[in-house]
Amino acid sequence: MSLTRQDVAKIAHLARLSITEQEMPVYVTSLSSIVNFVDELSRAQTGDVLPMAHPLDGQHQRLRADEVSESDNREKYQSNAPQVQAGLYVVPRVIE
Amino acid sequence: MLHTLSIGELGESLSSRRLSSVELTRHFLARIERLNPALNALITLTGDRALAAAAAADARRASGEKGPLLGIPLIHKDIFCTDGVRTSCGSRMLDNFVSPYDATVVTRLKAAGAVMLGKANMDEFAMGSSNETSYYGPVKNPWDLTKVPGGSSGGSAAAMAARLAAYTTGTDTGGSIRQPAALTGVTGIKPTYGRVSRYGMIAFASSLDQAGVFARSAADAAVVLQAMAGFDPKDSTSIDAPVPDYHASLNAPLAGLKIGLLREFFEGLEARNAALIHDALKIYRSLGAETVEVSLPHLPMSVPTYYVVAPAECSSNLSRFDGVRFGYRCSEPKDLLDLYTRSRGEGFGAEVKRRIMTGTYVLSAGYFDAYYLKAQKVRRLITDDFRAAFAQVDLLIGPTTPTPAFAIGAKIDDPVTMYLNDIYTIGANLAGLPAMSLPCGFVDELPMGLQLIGPHFSEAKLLNAAHRFQESTDWHRRSPRGYE
Amino acid sequence: MMSNWEVVIGLEIHAQLATKSKIFSGSATAYGAPPNSQANLVDLAYPGVLPVLNAEAVRMAVKFGLSIGAEVARRSVFARKNYFYPDLPKGYQISQYELPVVKQGKLAVMLEDGTVKVVGVTRAHLEEDAGKSLHEGLAHASGIDLNRAGTPLLEIVSEPDMRSAKEAVAYMKKIHTLVRYLEICDGNMQEGSFRCDANVSVRPRGREKFGTRAEIKNLNSFRFVEKAINYEVARQIELIECGGSVVQETRLYDSDKDETRSMRSKEEANDYRYFPDPDLLPVHIDESFIDAVRATLPELPDDKAARFSQEFSLSAYDAGVLSASRELGAYFEAVVVQMGPAHAKLAANWVMGELSSALNRDNVDIAVSRVSPAQLKGLLTRIVDQTISGKIAKEVFDAMWSEGKAADAIIEAKGLKQITDTGAIEGVIDAVIAANPKQLADYRSGKDKLFGFFVGQVMKATEGKANPAQLNELLKAKLGGSA
Repeated sequence: MSLTRQDVAKIAHLARLSITEQEMPVYVTSLSSIVNFVDELSRAQTGDVLPMAHPLDGQHQRLRADEVSESDNREKYQSNAPQVQAGLYVVPRVIE
Repeated sequence: MLHTLSIGELGESLSSRRLSSVELTRHFLARIERLNPALNALITLTGDRALAAAAAADARRASGEKGPLLGIPLIHKDIFCTDGVRTSCGSRMLDNFVSPYDATVVTRLKAAGAVMLGKANMDEFAMGSSNETSYYGPVKNPWDLTKVPGGSSGGSAAAMAARLAAYTTGTDTGGSIRQPAALTGVTGIKPTYGRVSRYGMIAFASSLDQAGVFARSAADAAVVLQAMAGFDPKDSTSIDAPVPDYHASLNAPLAGLKIGLLREFFEGLEARNAALIHDALKIYRSLGAETVEVSLPHLPMSVPTYYVVAPAECSSNLSRFDGVRFGYRCSEPKDLLDLYTRSRGEGFGAEVKRRIMTGTYVLSAGYFDAYYLKAQKVRRLITDDFRAAFAQVDLLIGPTTPTPAFAIGAKIDDPVTMYLNDIYTIGANLAGLPAMSLPCGFVDELPMGLQLIGPHFSEAKLLNAAHRFQESTDWHRRSPRGYE
Repeated sequence: MMSNWEVVIGLEIHAQLATKSKIFSGSATAYGAPPNSQANLVDLAYPGVLPVLNAEAVRMAVKFGLSIGAEVARRSVFARKNYFYPDLPKGYQISQYELPVVKQGKLAVMLEDGTVKVVGVTRAHLEEDAGKSLHEGLAHASGIDLNRAGTPLLEIVSEPDMRSAKEAVAYMKKIHTLVRYLEICDGNMQEGSFRCDANVSVRPRGREKFGTRAEIKNLNSFRFVEKAINYEVARQIELIECGGSVVQETRLYDSDKDETRSMRSKEEANDYRYFPDPDLLPVHIDESFIDAVRATLPELPDDKAARFSQEFSLSAYDAGVLSASRELGAYFEAVVVQMGPAHAKLAANWVMGELSSALNRDNVDIAVSRVSPAQLKGLLTRIVDQTISGKIAKEVFDAMWSEGKAADAIIEAKGLKQITDTGAIEGVIDAVIAANPKQLADYRSGKDKLFGFFVGQVMKATEGKANPAQLNELLKAKLGGSA
């Protein structure tokens, strides 16, 4: 199965990736070939096989005691931030 | 020469005070300074920190402390978060990122007295099989500078092959330790999923990622893995089970060991490569092991399965890189959407974007069942194949890669051809099994790797089998010309 | 207007669980901390970090499930809901999708007319809250505070069983009561600890198929829920009656304008790409876990109300009001235990009346009421033994509330003790009659209404302390001329 430009544009938007005009044909071709390749899976007889999401299949989630173990490290953590103001991470206006 | 000594030998020199950690560290730093420019194996050097850590290790020794890794220099793959040191993951996205914390692997090795010399180059976000997708440029293979070292832990493998440290760390999602280990002629081990904490290891595909070691030998790898392995309450997928003494069982006899020869791994394998594996089998038989042929009928499906599961998980794991709290932000975003799409579009390289889009596609409405869910079912079939095989044999054996190192640039434009490099390594990741690659000979003067795969938590047996092989061979002692 | 249309409402209630730390990290969940001071590496989605599940959040979810008679899933799975938003640091929300921790349950809700309606609860699942986007003081920009990110939420999803805004509010109030009873949520709606999304649709009466629904997001008061639903219902009916059709969309309620509007940010069709979170394993809940949680269940509101009406012969209404919060019920019972069940109705009237209005007026929590159950009992005892009248008792209560003293001390200090000496009351009556000959004559000539005038005069002269029953009897005799 091959993907169209529209398919790739839609996926890129869902993934929030800007794709330039020059890049577009490259992605259309390579993503199509990857999709074709993984289409091979359709040949596998999976019948009523249960999906396996994880190699630790059959094991259970461990639970943590409800304890506060963290203190305020805002300054340190925000030292990596591109833009902060009054302790807030600044982004272009969010419209609801 | 200090860089040719094993970790055990270095430890003896350090504890007998014939050598200090500071001297040893200076030796490796000098080698890095001289040899790295041609290799591009390291992308961040931490010489000052290393010398301080070495001095601290010497002080610990002086106060009577012992420990096999105390004062021994290493290089971390740049996927491990290191407090106060840039952690780039090979990406422009994190080129400016200074981690405020240490990965658990880093913490554990620090506690053992390890001295970090720097951070190793890698494929961007560990996505690649050739180390050509790094924002910092490709790593060269010390055996032939026109060849790739493999990936994604290409910098760690090349640094180990060039003996720029006593050992290096890596991660393996689909073969990212074993494949470059094979292509650079070093020993590499990927432990059982959950054996080593993933906390602080920047995620590529969470259900497949596992940290491991590159070393000169299985014996050295055993020492390092011993320090890295163990339960971590910060990782919900970390296994709470005791870690056996890997060193103690290295010399156990192999008599009666049942080794399964993976039929599917030999289909289409070039005769010269197959011959090396058969030579290895002869050695194992001479050590008392029994070899039988086994079949894993669903194994050929492992590459398409992986290229659904890994991109799906990565597409979600990499959503946190959005230009808001850390990492690359595009200049003057005009609105929120622009901030997201350009920060990510400019911050990620082509292969990372390709995988994110593949993963987004296979999880999206209308395709989820046909791809993601189907792949999960096949993943179970492959895992069941392994389980059935391990009911018959103790270990599986085969080649690590179909070919030796290929030329830089040869496959980078064709993702599917590149993905097929991982054909022999991916199965162990899908099933969460421990696996190793060890040098087993040369084709066209380039090293080839022998792969051993074991059942869950069989690291001790793998290391034992690898060590006994290395006692009977000297492939792992070979060094590329100019790096002896 | 609505006669031809039937309204269909389902609610998704988000209750913040009252854990000390976040659902997947050790950060504090306290409200009102400086921005981002309670956002650690996990909450900020730093590269490499991993979630570990808070046991208390699971316990609380199970507790809720047991309280609505729902099946608790032995195996539940956390999934990732993928979408980009600045208040969502990972670019996905960890939630439960196909396998929630609490399965189908139900809840009996008493409506205004006293009838009881059973509302189905489809499921309840655990998830993490998002942060907040703030817009004030920033030009063309928003500021992100991630303190709330990772706070555990229990999302309680109802069946589309409600047929009016009032029913929806009654159901929401019942859940609100329940989660506070269970002590799994503080229920503070102003702080956003308890809020809901309402799915609203209309269909021609008698038709089975549901109409297209709109989802109104983030309603954080009972009043807004009612107003937003009513607005939305009217909007949908008008739209359809004018030949239009409802589009499935997310809407926001603007309380200033009292209207709902389409949310631009959610305009595009969402494709959340749910898949099991590979950083977390399936949650396993066994019998012993459930039994341990069951042992911590308090008496539930419906059980308490039934017991109150049975043990204390209270009306269903009174029992319902007194069991609406655990604290109110406990206060009432403390008073009754000390006075005996015979005086339950008196205690109920005072707890629901004077006490509740004083608490409301001064915005005081009943747990720290200025009049304790023992003190109220002290007051009510004086009514029962006729030391004071009910009217004087209200005055005494006000003094107790403001001065914090015992009833007897106030009665003593203010000399409010009731006059029950027949001779004394007769003396006052005689004096009043003597002073008002004209009114006496009028009364005797048939103006019965003047009886009240004489009562008032006697009460005035005794400062309200004359025993009302005795006064009535004696006055009637005197005015009748028998003296």
